[in-house]
Amino acid sequence: MKSLRWMSIAATLLAPTVNAESIDSILSHYTDSARTEAPSFSGFDANRGKDLYFKEFNAGKKDTPSCTSCHTNNPTQAGETRAGKSIDPMAVSVNAKRYQSLKKTEKWFRRNCKSVLGRECTAAEKGDFLMFMKNS
Amino acid sequence: MRFKTLLLTALFALPASADDDYIKPIADQVTKDECSACHLAFPASMLPKASWEKIMANLDNHFGEDASLDVQTTERITEYLIAEAGDTGFWSSKFLRGLDSQNSPIRITETQYWIREHRGISDAKWKSERVGSKANCVACHRGAERGYYEDD
Repeated sequence: MKSLRWMSIAATLLAPTVNAESIDSILSHYTDSARTEAPSFSGFDANRGKDLYFKEFNAGKKDTPSCTSCHTNNPTQAGETRAGKSIDPMAVSVNAKRYQSLKKTEKWFRRNCKSVLGRECTAAEKGDFLMFMKNS
Repeated sequence: MRFKTLLLTALFALPASADDDYIKPIADQVTKDECSACHLAFPASMLPKASWEKIMANLDNHFGEDASLDVQTTERITEYLIAEAGDTGFWSSKFLRGLDSQNSPIRITETQYWIREHRGISDAKWKSERVGSKANCVACHRGAERGYYEDD
């Protein structure tokens, strides 16, 4: 019983270090990938991310031509899914829970880039997008 | 004291489970988390096995969106939905009444039961700001996430 308690205390103390993912660690992951994609890569740009966020595409699914279709014109505001469910804001300034897991971030980029752009996003696009969210 | 609590619990639990408006919500946490990321985690008993199989085999084109998941998660959710589907138990779910077993729907809103229960709701109401989508159960059924579908 006593050892169990110590184990759970140790687990609590260790958990954050084991799982320390943040927008910065995710960005650095995408930096590595972007360099592999293009050796000329020279860093992410929040303005390019903003353009991506607002751009209308026509190669994806017809109900979701843009990020704004569900996430609104303002990433600090809550969005809404097509099924009417609220989506928490994406901007880091108002939602600290975002971008804490590379796996989750990748899952949503994969799905939503396919829905909106009709293809997966490049690492450069993902990094630009995250810079925009970090600055929003 | 303890007996009294038990008795009271039993009394309250009884009408809930026998209530026509109660439909068991998704209990599997992974299934609940993944499905409810975009919409109410619709109860498995609202569709037959064959419908869930079709839906889960086409997550990359899920009602107009890419909702794909890794293979392991997809398999787990499929297993759960099939185990709890409307035609799994001895008594079929009321959502299965009148369904063509050779051509099972992928939309709950295409089942006879759903259509009958929602007859008389105007187009304007479906399109209203508050509702917006037939998948937005909670707009009117406030207790839907807990399994209660009485009107608000």
